[in-house]
Amino acid sequence: MALALQTFSTVKDADAALKSAGTRYLGGGTLVVRAANEGDVSVSGLVRSTDPALSAIAVSRGKVRIGASVTMAEIARHPELGTLAKAARAVGGPAIRNMATVGGNLFAPAPYGDFAVALLALDATVGTDEGETPIETFLAGRDDSRAIVTSVSFTKADSFRFLKVSRVKPKGVAVLSIAVVLEQAGDGTVSSARIALGCMADRPMRAKAAEKALLGRTLDPHGIAAALAAATKGTAPITDPIASAWYRAEVLPVHLGRLLLS
Amino acid sequence: MAKVPVQFTLNGSEKAEFIDSGTTLLNALRDKIGDTSPKGGCHQGTCGACSVIIDGELRLSCLMLAETCNGATITTTSGLAVGGVLHPLQRAFLDTFATQCGFCTPGMIMAAKVLLDHTPNPSREDVVEALSGNICRCTGYEPIIRAVLAAARANPQNAA
Repeated sequence: MALALQTFSTVKDADAALKSAGTRYLGGGTLVVRAANEGDVSVSGLVRSTDPALSAIAVSRGKVRIGASVTMAEIARHPELGTLAKAARAVGGPAIRNMATVGGNLFAPAPYGDFAVALLALDATVGTDEGETPIETFLAGRDDSRAIVTSVSFTKADSFRFLKVSRVKPKGVAVLSIAVVLEQAGDGTVSSARIALGCMADRPMRAKAAEKALLGRTLDPHGIAAALAAATKGTAPITDPIASAWYRAEVLPVHLGRLLLS
Repeated sequence: MAKVPVQFTLNGSEKAEFIDSGTTLLNALRDKIGDTSPKGGCHQGTCGACSVIIDGELRLSCLMLAETCNGATITTTSGLAVGGVLHPLQRAFLDTFATQCGFCTPGMIMAAKVLLDHTPNPSREDVVEALSGNICRCTGYEPIIRAVLAAARANPQNAA
């Protein structure tokens, strides 16, 4: 059965329409229309907003604000978002990247949501009409979130590193993904670390034990050994046709090590 | 359910229909307009058989709602041949045996067309990347990659 779509010019009006039971917000369609095609009867109506602010990218003095309707392809080709291009290109094939939005990626269940892993490492904030929320808080409560995401904001980090592991090249569903933002002191030791993991839980999570174990260490095989040993602490990897939870836990330290030493 | 109007340009001609709200572009094209070149494979965004070109960009018609395409310019594989003469990509697919069962072919050709429109002289890696969202269960992909490279070579602009 077809679903009625309501289109609003403002986020405020769309937010009000989204309060009806069974309605879902339509971004690029790669999650919601997919669910409807699959026979998800919990979706009975769709709402979208055509507010142009949702499609804007603003970069100013190192601060980045990306509208929720911006697609992965738009991020990948934006001249000032070069460091993020790898994470945006990790999502889907060319057609999916022309459709999948930043806002939608925040809601993508594992094994999807590679871009949200990058945003978690970047300590992004998620904007709605009700205000700004740290991404970690937002991800924890996303199942009950009813306010339309309007933007994500973060500070650019030159030390941003990203790795997606998949079995099919060049495009495949993730075995796991890792994003890392590190700061190093003058002597090369790590002074702060944020490590975000995809597929190691039902949504992106931080490897806080590994982050802690990196502090004061240098980025060499000996220096990162404690962090790699702690990498799987607190994880609950998914099992799906791509990989088992056991396999994901086995290979996470290997890939984290390669990313830290790259 | 109330019908909604949709109007867009399909392969150079204006189309206008009343459809059920929430109808996917794939279903509107196939069932209302009668263009059956986009195929419904997985309806999940995984196989790429339903790929079409909307305003110059590759999209999956199974995951788009037709009413969000109002005013758009849409190209499908059925619009490529002109006056009974096949498009160079179609000719190359035939010549290199890149079509076996044929189900993935319209989607492959759409993905390849977007590539050649932007990158007339692609490398093999460019072709593999461009086709990475399209699944073929027959050919093993090699004949398809060869077909796209052959179509690029057949372009007079690429004559060295």
